[in-house]
Amino acid sequence: MRDLLAALTELRERLHEIPQADERRLQDLKTEILGRKAGALTKILAALPGLEPAAKKQVGGAANALKRDFEAAIAARERDLKRAPAAAAAGVDLTMPGRASWTGGLHLVTQVVNEICEIFHELGFTRAVGPHIETERYNFYALNFPKDHPALDAQDSFYLGGDLLLRTHTSPVQIRTLERYPPPVRVVIPGLAYRRDPFDASHSPVFEQIEGLAVDEGISFVDFKATLATFARRFFTADTRVRFRPSFFPFTEPSAEMDVQCQICGGTGCAACKQSGWMEILGSGMVHPAVLENCGVDSERYSGFAWGMGPDRIAMARHRIPDIRLLFDSDVRFLAQFAAGAKGGAR
Amino acid sequence: MIVSRRWLEALLGRALDARETADRLTMHVAPVDAVVPLHQDLGDIVVARVLEVKQHPNADRLTLCRVDAGVAGGPVEVVCGARNVQAGKSYPYAPVGAVLPGGARLERKAIRGVESNGMLCSAKELGLGDDHAGILELDTAAPPGSRFVDVVPVADHQIVIDVPANRPDLLGHKGVARELAALLGGAVKLPPIPGAGSAAPAGGDAALGGRRRAPSARGDGPARAAEPGVAAGPSGRVPSGVVDGVEVRLEDPEGAPRYMIAVIRGVKVASSPGWLARRLASIGQRPINNVVDATNYVLFEVNQPLHAFDLAKLRGPAVVVRRAQPNEKIVTLDGVERTLSPEMTAICDAARPTIIAGVMGSAESEVAASTTDLVLECAYFQPTRVRRTRRALGLSSESSYRFERGIDLLGMPESMRRAIELIIAVAGGEQREPWLDLWPQPVQEKTIFLRPERAAHLLGVATERAELERLLTSVGFFVAPKDGGSRLAVQVPGWRPDVTREVDLIEEAARLTGYDAFPDELRPYRPGTVPDAPVEQIKARVRERLAQAGFFEARTIPLGPGDGPEAVAVRNPLSADEALLRRRLIPGLVRRVEHNWANRNRDVRLFEIGVVFRTGQDRPEEWDSVAGVLTGARRPPHWSEGAKVPDMDIWDLKHHFELAVRVAAPSCDVQPARGGGGGWVAVQRGGEVAGWAGPLEADAPVWAAPLFGFEVRLEVMPPHPVPYRPLPTQPPVERDVALLVPAGVSAEAVSAVLARAAGPLLDRLAVFDEYHGPGVPAGHRSVAWHCTFRDPVRTLREREVDELLAGALQALEDELGVRRREG
Repeated sequence: MRDLLAALTELRERLHEIPQADERRLQDLKTEILGRKAGALTKILAALPGLEPAAKKQVGGAANALKRDFEAAIAARERDLKRAPAAAAAGVDLTMPGRASWTGGLHLVTQVVNEICEIFHELGFTRAVGPHIETERYNFYALNFPKDHPALDAQDSFYLGGDLLLRTHTSPVQIRTLERYPPPVRVVIPGLAYRRDPFDASHSPVFEQIEGLAVDEGISFVDFKATLATFARRFFTADTRVRFRPSFFPFTEPSAEMDVQCQICGGTGCAACKQSGWMEILGSGMVHPAVLENCGVDSERYSGFAWGMGPDRIAMARHRIPDIRLLFDSDVRFLAQFAAGAKGGAR
Repeated sequence: MIVSRRWLEALLGRALDARETADRLTMHVAPVDAVVPLHQDLGDIVVARVLEVKQHPNADRLTLCRVDAGVAGGPVEVVCGARNVQAGKSYPYAPVGAVLPGGARLERKAIRGVESNGMLCSAKELGLGDDHAGILELDTAAPPGSRFVDVVPVADHQIVIDVPANRPDLLGHKGVARELAALLGGAVKLPPIPGAGSAAPAGGDAALGGRRRAPSARGDGPARAAEPGVAAGPSGRVPSGVVDGVEVRLEDPEGAPRYMIAVIRGVKVASSPGWLARRLASIGQRPINNVVDATNYVLFEVNQPLHAFDLAKLRGPAVVVRRAQPNEKIVTLDGVERTLSPEMTAICDAARPTIIAGVMGSAESEVAASTTDLVLECAYFQPTRVRRTRRALGLSSESSYRFERGIDLLGMPESMRRAIELIIAVAGGEQREPWLDLWPQPVQEKTIFLRPERAAHLLGVATERAELERLLTSVGFFVAPKDGGSRLAVQVPGWRPDVTREVDLIEEAARLTGYDAFPDELRPYRPGTVPDAPVEQIKARVRERLAQAGFFEARTIPLGPGDGPEAVAVRNPLSADEALLRRRLIPGLVRRVEHNWANRNRDVRLFEIGVVFRTGQDRPEEWDSVAGVLTGARRPPHWSEGAKVPDMDIWDLKHHFELAVRVAAPSCDVQPARGGGGGWVAVQRGGEVAGWAGPLEADAPVWAAPLFGFEVRLEVMPPHPVPYRPLPTQPPVERDVALLVPAGVSAEAVSAVLARAAGPLLDRLAVFDEYHGPGVPAGHRSVAWHCTFRDPVRTLREREVDELLAGALQALEDELGVRRREG
């Protein structure tokens, strides 16, 4: 019995040979150990009936366990050999390209919009949308633009007859949302906006905008800064510096512009940031009480903040795209550059 | 708005660092776009005195000057080509090695055989003007060797401020200086005018120097105490008066709520003195003559547009402020004849317009060299009137820009006084009578109440009442506590027309404190009531699906050339190519394919999700659409397959169309399009066509593959959960049948009969082959189906299946004349 156990121990050592074995050697090992007639393990198992019941149990258990291990190891090795082309040894060049299928991808601006909306989703904002054809009331006057005011100059519009125009920002959806839903309101509003700027390297008559709006009781300037600074740090990097400075928009008061540390030079000043070290990311502010009042919201009870930003420009800044027209050319060579990661390359 | 650092320094009485000033303005007031150094490149130039001038030995036109440049080695010899060089006078001198504007380094060199130790410079050589006729004579007592920039105040910085539309006060240096005084400390004081006498300009009342004529409100006391609201009654007495022989009538007080006229006689029009010309040049303004420059100076100093015109050219002499008559003509300063309308206010003499109010004066009444007597206008023109006039005429000016934004109605007397003082100082003349101030409905500063606790509530940080007072007072608000301090009564100065509500004052406090001073710690918030827009969720799904299918997302603009009669036209397009809103996405995508072809790319698969428009009953309609275009190889070629990969054809198109319809318009069926031509349509349950797919025409190079496209209207339907179907547990029984299908019978019809006749045990039915040729009778084709039979709960017997199939084939033959193909 002792001999049998020693033989089993010795056989177990040979398990290690299996993962290195080539096809022929594997076949030999199989015969040598598990062969139906002369296999070493087969012989041990054949000797079992002649043993004492106690020894039979001990040797039998060990022998069967070893048999299972051999069978598993051999099967695994066989699978491996099948997978690695047998021809590898026969000189096939494995650096030749694999077989592909066509891949597509989302436009870079869509990716940036998605990314921005996702971050705001984490901060409790849902998406809202509205029509591209607007009335002057929604596009301007409900947003507290005074009639015949120079503030309208920056909003040079495409008119469609009467008081209809192509929206110059997605801000009118603020009004539509506040008219329809009671506070608390937390929405982001992605979509196209239209201004009468001819195409050049940095202008386009049509551009993507994401507007945001939060209205509730007790929302303060601190909440406003916190939300947008959090966005910037999530969208860029956790240590991105952010600053807020005064600005003017008829529909916010106080109004602010948010800059982030230039993503190209890191804040030391370069041509892209006009040596300032800062990149303008969004215009924003506390919702003007007149806007709330225009929507029938009690401006003493409720307050809020709003902002608007341009994903085209943000994409250009982050990916160092020199000309906005590249975003509209739909050149497959351009689209393919950004198709790999749905999250965009720079993150 | 360009401001000059030196000009600000003069108003503040202190030195400023241009960069720091820009940063402060950006962080508290308005963004600074640029800081442009002026003449900072003259640091190597020094003042030198010419001691002796001799003829150059080898050149008639050159002189040899012995020059004291204050250097230790004593005077040096310099060759000079200017005629105006004189011994005993001082000139700018560039020593050898000096870097001149433009970056050139001055080398020592011999001129006509005589070595010149540097150069005496002309204004042009220093970048200070176009005068190249002679060297620049310096009127200075500074010792030789002094740095030129320390002696002549030309080194400056332009600070370019992006002034927002609501801050007209920042369109003058005084307003910018006021902000800086608030931020840096100090006070703003108009600098004394060089050469001005001590006598103040003549004015009726001591405080404001004006004689106010109104129908019933006589001006007395400061403007801020004027009685408000006393207007020309319905009887319509026209505010009017006479100043120094000039009759002034304000017939359009709506267009010109306040109108002041002064007469200055005996001026001498000439070039401005150096300090004035330099001030204007420092902000990029071209000096014109002393009178015009003086009014421009006041414009850029206190933001009050003024207009000086020639009294001799005035018929009457009279100044009449009235609405223009229809088709009244005026030739403006720029030499263009303009046609006016009654919506515009005109300043006229007894006969015709001499100024388009607030916009531009006439060429005829312009101050010229011959002018001796001036009429000086200082007015407040109604902003929206000026804006409409400016837009109607397509003519803007520094004045119209300011009037549109609103100037300081209450500060006008100070501006008028400043202008008169300056004109007399630089052009001589005298003001014989006090100016006339027509202001039929005087107004006072508005008062707004500010609740400190409201400011704390909105800003999230409490600010002491005293601090609020300090902040507001620092930029010119007058603050008085009310109701035991629970409110502040805040008087708004005339130069801040933007401040009309409590929240505007809260913004003032916030920006003067600095937005960066507020914490930005995220606090809990309540979730909103607005559900995530379903259409955005659907768009995301469609995008993902088509990208997975190998399409790249394109972005085209919704404006294009005409595409059918229902296209919505833009009234004011940028060009004819972008004059209409798209009705479909396909044409835009085809242009993008052509763009890719032009870049020699043969394999193009693009999709777009975007809005499309159509004329409607009351107003245009718009909806979201999904479109795709495909051309080129069916899959990327692989070396192991050698031969060329087949190009995509209509069956690739059909697959992708069905895929798009399934995800974007699940209620639609894809059917062959009627009326030949190929292609398919997506049909809604009600029979309305919501999509189309087919071959496309395009401007294709010869090597291009056929182009196909599809488009379908996006359905906004809430996604419904997919119900689970139990996985089969019983084995299938499979049969292949080849059928002879007569012409006119569709595969779909055959499938329908097969499925119905075979009953529910026919689990799947798929076409796997089509054949024409030997063995197939004329007028027929052979189509092969793979049929899978399965019973969900028991194992089917072969015989059962054969019976079912036989029954189905019989039905096919009876109903469609389709028979099994033998052999």
